[in-house]
Amino acid sequence: MKDKKKKVYLKLFTSAFYLSAFTFGGGYVIIPLMKRKFADELKWIEEKEMLNLTAIAQSSPGPVAVNAAMLLGYRVAGAPGALVTVLGTILPPFITLSVVSLFYAAFRDNPIVNAVLKGTQAGVAAVIADVSLSLGKNVVKERDILSVIIMAAVFVLIFFLKVNVMLIILACAIIGAARILFKMKKEAKGGDEQ
Amino acid sequence: MILLKLFWSFFQIGLFSIGGGMAAIPLIQNQVVSINGWLTLTEFTDLVTIAEMTPGPIGINSATFVGIRIAGLPGAIAATAGCVLPSCIIAAILAWVYYRFKNLAVAQGVLDALRPAIVALIASAGLTILILAIFGEGGFKADIKEINFVSVLIFVSSLFVLRKWKVNPVFVMLGAGIIGGAIYMFC
Repeated sequence: MKDKKKKVYLKLFTSAFYLSAFTFGGGYVIIPLMKRKFADELKWIEEKEMLNLTAIAQSSPGPVAVNAAMLLGYRVAGAPGALVTVLGTILPPFITLSVVSLFYAAFRDNPIVNAVLKGTQAGVAAVIADVSLSLGKNVVKERDILSVIIMAAVFVLIFFLKVNVMLIILACAIIGAARILFKMKKEAKGGDEQ
Repeated sequence: MILLKLFWSFFQIGLFSIGGGMAAIPLIQNQVVSINGWLTLTEFTDLVTIAEMTPGPIGINSATFVGIRIAGLPGAIAATAGCVLPSCIIAAILAWVYYRFKNLAVAQGVLDALRPAIVALIASAGLTILILAIFGEGGFKADIKEINFVSVLIFVSSLFVLRKWKVNPVFVMLGAGIIGGAIYMFC
């Protein structure tokens, strides 16, 4: 019994470690891979439940992959399971970046490295611009006037007026919560009248 | 003291970066460059490049990178712990609410209102990096002599390639680095 539990922890850790070490591109890429590993291959969790956990992970702040790992580990093997799965997810980037930061200090002043990094700046700006354009297009497509106003207002507040990012996020969260609560109340009231 | 500061800064980053992926970038920039001055804007842009090219969430990548540079391995551990702690706590609470009430409507409603804000935040961070690439650390200047035309060219062609052919961003950044680097070295 105890051995079996240990095996589960080990499998959780190694699976999470492997997925995290070889997944480039963050949460949206790692979650389908987690589903394939834990739902389809190991059958430790049902597909529908995996989808629910994904929705929770994406609604929570912080790195989506870590949230998903935590929820999945907990579901499979309780609190110790959550701990080993999160550790397995964190360790690969932790190790990689520790090594990179050592090299970075040694190589940053090298003229070739310097030129290449200067070249990537404009490339990074283009990557971020591309993501912003795609996401922005989706927001406009929803045809929700409040969303478009929020998008435009936040850009002005942040870029030109340098308002604190955290204040803006808090304000938007409150707007969102108020709107959904108001809508739910209205719907409940509508239901009573029928 | 510095460990506590690292922990607290990345705790705030973890707590307020909602929506995954690039949503963390403006918060990291705010804490690490604007508030604490742990990295210059150039170093921060390097960090974004490195984070995009290595596996793992950008929050963890930044926490490790900044932590180790400011206070060695203990710094990296403090920053990383700070980054994951709030999200684990909130995800646990949401999971409890979900299994109890089978309802995430309020969380989804909050997320719906945050999505357009996050787009604006990411766009703003991107524009800051673009200005850095074109004008350098000094920031925007209305002077044609200050414009780095190599950067403008790389930006426009990278964006074109990304929009038109949906190329993997890692290859675009690598290409921009190699082509840009060659131009800077030899011209």
